[in-house]
Amino acid sequence: MTQVAQGGEGAAAGFASAATRRKPRLRKRLNVQSVLGTTPMIATAVGVFIICIIFSIIWSFTNSKLFPNFNFIGWAQYQRLWSTDRWIISVQNVAVFGVLSIVGGMVFGYLLAVFMDQRIKQEDLFRSIFLYPFAMSLVVTGLVWQWMFDPNLGIQSAVRQMGWTSFEFAPLVKQETALYGVVLGGLWNGVGVTMAIMLAGLRGVDSEIWKAAKVDGIPTWKTYLFVVLPMMRGAIATAFILQCTGVVRVFDIVIAMTQGGPGVSTQMPAIYVIQHITDRVNVGQGMAAATMMLLPVMVLIGLQYLVRWNANRRAGRA
Amino acid sequence: MTSSVSIRELSLSFGHVKVLESLDLEVAQGEFIVLLGPSGCGKSTLLNCIAGLLDVSDGEIHISGRNVTWDEPKDRGIGMVFQSYALYPQMTVERNLSFGLRVARMPKPEIDARVKRASEILQIEPLLQRKPVELSGGQRQRVAIGRALVRDVDVFLFDEPLSNLDAKLRSDLRIEIKRLHQRLKNTMIYVTHDQVEAMTLADRIAIMKNGVIQQLDDPHTIYNKPVNLFVAGFIGSPSMNFLRGQLTGTDISVDGQTISIASYPFESHAGGPAVLGIRPEHVALGDEARKMPVQIESEIELVEPMGADTIAWTKIGTQSLTFRAAAEVHLVPGQKVLIGFDPSRGSVFNAESGQRI
Amino acid sequence: MTNLAATSAGAISARGPKPRTLTASRIGVYAFLIIAALFFLLPLWVMVVTSLKTLPEIRQGHLFNWPELLTFEPWLKAWDTACTGRDCNGLKPGFWNSVKITALSVPVSIVVAMINGYALSFWKYRGSEFLFGVLIFGAFVPYQVVIYPLIIGLSKVGLFATLPGIVIVHTIFGMPILTLLYRNFFASLPIELFKAGRVDWAGFWGIFFRIMLPMSVPITIVAVILQTTGIWNDFLFGTVFAGRENMPMTVQLNNIVTTTTGVREYNVNMAATILTAAVPLVVYFISGKWFVRGIAAGAVKG
Ligand SMILES: Nc1ncnc2c1ncn2[C@@H]1O[C@H](COP(=O)(O)OP(=O)(O)O)[C@@H](O)[C@H]1O
Ligand SMILES: [Mg+2]
Repeated sequence: MTQVAQGGEGAAAGFASAATRRKPRLRKRLNVQSVLGTTPMIATAVGVFIICIIFSIIWSFTNSKLFPNFNFIGWAQYQRLWSTDRWIISVQNVAVFGVLSIVGGMVFGYLLAVFMDQRIKQEDLFRSIFLYPFAMSLVVTGLVWQWMFDPNLGIQSAVRQMGWTSFEFAPLVKQETALYGVVLGGLWNGVGVTMAIMLAGLRGVDSEIWKAAKVDGIPTWKTYLFVVLPMMRGAIATAFILQCTGVVRVFDIVIAMTQGGPGVSTQMPAIYVIQHITDRVNVGQGMAAATMMLLPVMVLIGLQYLVRWNANRRAGRA
Repeated sequence: MTSSVSIRELSLSFGHVKVLESLDLEVAQGEFIVLLGPSGCGKSTLLNCIAGLLDVSDGEIHISGRNVTWDEPKDRGIGMVFQSYALYPQMTVERNLSFGLRVARMPKPEIDARVKRASEILQIEPLLQRKPVELSGGQRQRVAIGRALVRDVDVFLFDEPLSNLDAKLRSDLRIEIKRLHQRLKNTMIYVTHDQVEAMTLADRIAIMKNGVIQQLDDPHTIYNKPVNLFVAGFIGSPSMNFLRGQLTGTDISVDGQTISIASYPFESHAGGPAVLGIRPEHVALGDEARKMPVQIESEIELVEPMGADTIAWTKIGTQSLTFRAAAEVHLVPGQKVLIGFDPSRGSVFNAESGQRI
Repeated sequence: MTNLAATSAGAISARGPKPRTLTASRIGVYAFLIIAALFFLLPLWVMVVTSLKTLPEIRQGHLFNWPELLTFEPWLKAWDTACTGRDCNGLKPGFWNSVKITALSVPVSIVVAMINGYALSFWKYRGSEFLFGVLIFGAFVPYQVVIYPLIIGLSKVGLFATLPGIVIVHTIFGMPILTLLYRNFFASLPIELFKAGRVDWAGFWGIFFRIMLPMSVPITIVAVILQTTGIWNDFLFGTVFAGRENMPMTVQLNNIVTTTTGVREYNVNMAATILTAAVPLVVYFISGKWFVRGIAAGAVKG
């Protein structure tokens, strides 16, 4: 998620700053050096983020197997996709995973930030502790938690050895609970970042608001919940977008933790795509799945513009 | 005179930095006190101590006869208005006014009555359903005052409430606060760095410097009888002229020019280095000057027409002196003029201690 | 204390700072933080103690206990001789591959992004904003949507499964965030700086090298931290684009741990895991506040 999160947070900032940076700083003039200097950007923007996506979409309408071809077969790949249990379960899984990790991350992250905001002397120490998992790769995260969740030698057995013999905590071995285990691992890795963003947001709140609330006799927890939280839209939006991109791309941690199992209980769309273009040699099918993955991102971006447009409209009215 | 707010030997430090030291202040019931001083002198700190937003390092605070030193802000019987308004941004005006009361579980009819009364007084009834973003700065500050009003408290604290407003709104709202005080007769403690606000609003002004109250008096006394050089220089715009010289008996010699100030009401007699302070508006010109006990020939150096009047710069010896002339008087640089003043309206300070003599 | 006499007998007058009692809420705050800290630290502890235990001891359970018999054997094995399939060279080839990939990708991606940000701030041309918009869109796109065409494209030019290939891939996918980072940085510089450069007749590259490059040291530190940890931790691109020859450490780690042949050597696995996490962890602990700043860079602006 490290890679993923970087992209997300940057993008959030990009959207946030887009409105304020619209004023042109300089007259646009064609400078050959400028175009030459940005050739890699032109190649990436056009070559990768436009042309590659178009090819993905095109191949999703073909019967490409090991190698891509242009034998168009209409919507057949999509029909097959949506009648494949493996895919449908993947979509359900990513939805459950997404809701749980985003809600969990937000709640836990905000709670941590609030507790960190109580003039804690060891703030730097706690911050380092909450944030260090984020520096480690999701593969590492997945492998560690897989070991911790080991039914015979992990937490479950350790607690049983301490005397609580009926203790059960080995989520990864059961189909019904495996996904929750992955969610927990993901939270462990990423909550610190949400906390850091939320804490920055908290610190950005006008100190006079706090004074006013104290004079008004609002209890601290109510101030955090009803006054300060709604004031942190920016931080919440950033944390949210960051986690969303992480969810859509979820791959590494599942591969390391469960390889999609047991059964298909932790299958994810990202794995589905990769499997179809590698082991299962069915590029057309893989591309159809990839195209479906693009949809929620498009929806999110559309939503973002809608919100911005609405805000601009309201600002114009006031 | 019953004390409404009484501060006794109050000290406050942030770590090793002492901001207030052994400060005493008695505020009478219904009095409008302004804390005035340059930025960073500890005005807000003092106000926050009174409100209970800062824990004092030493001393006591009594409000309405009760020792509230250890009380929570909400239990002190105070309402507070802030520079940044500090409205709850996602709540409507009505919600902003009533939130504290709701949290305190006050009966609904009582809340409604209070909100109604406050919004009537402040004329914000049409705004009750709006959110703070939809209000102008002046309206926001009215709501902030309303939030203090609904608390139905004895003491109002204002921390530079008008500083974020533009000049026009500022003077409008200033008058409104004065009216509010006349109507409610609450005790008000008002922090500002703007001397016009202080002069116009205050019953008494406390001039602060480095956490120490320099002078606590009514505006007239502060203006006419400043106790030291700092107060004399801080109050008044353009500021008081200071002529440095040597005091012998009732004569002060300024750069070789001897000025007799026999009419000055000396509080103590001390010779030596002294500073004679004359307000620009107490300097007379031409025929008027001839009636003055002190008359000096001098040359105009610079003229600043201000519309209502004109500020002119001259020199006595090497020291510059400004005076305020009527706008219709035509002055040009280089012109020789006769100026005069009455030492009894001036101030004389010991040059070393800075104290009024 | 004169006031003591003045107050009614018995009652202690409130004076000076409010007496600090360790309130229940204060205890609660610390309890919460400490429990949370334990949750975050536990896996690290388990990793370390497991990697120092012998296999027989691990099989007895007691996950959290400090090893009775301390052994560094697993670390040596993880580094040198652990097997993935038929190869038994441990993690070290992966480590060196990751070093190569990171050492090349970090500077390349940063230089490219720096020039992008500079051009987007001071030398806009027709369509440059559109390109930037596409790039930002790219930050959101799931990698799976572009991976396959990219494989085909790189194969066509013979770069698929090569070191330059994986460097290019990292440069591409690091570009959105880095370009944004630099664009915002350059846009925050006073325009006079640029105009002064123009007066001296310095062109695109002149201003870049003489004025902008020296000014962008702090932001570049943030970028280096971001990219080093990001590229080192990458798994997906390493799996797909690096090929067997350049397989990065994360991929090799996963192969070692999930390899199903023979007995599972949990201690070796955990030692390998720590070894893989070591580089970004060191970067994290050395950079400290800068790391947080890199993350927070996006957050503050919201
Ligand atoms: N929380 C704080 N920590 C340390 N020093 C502070 C703090 N708040 C204020 N100060 C210092 O105390 C002094 C008085 O501040 P303040 O009361 O805000 O001044 P003002 O008269 O402008 O309202 C200033 O020098 C300021 O730097
Ligand atoms: Mg202040």
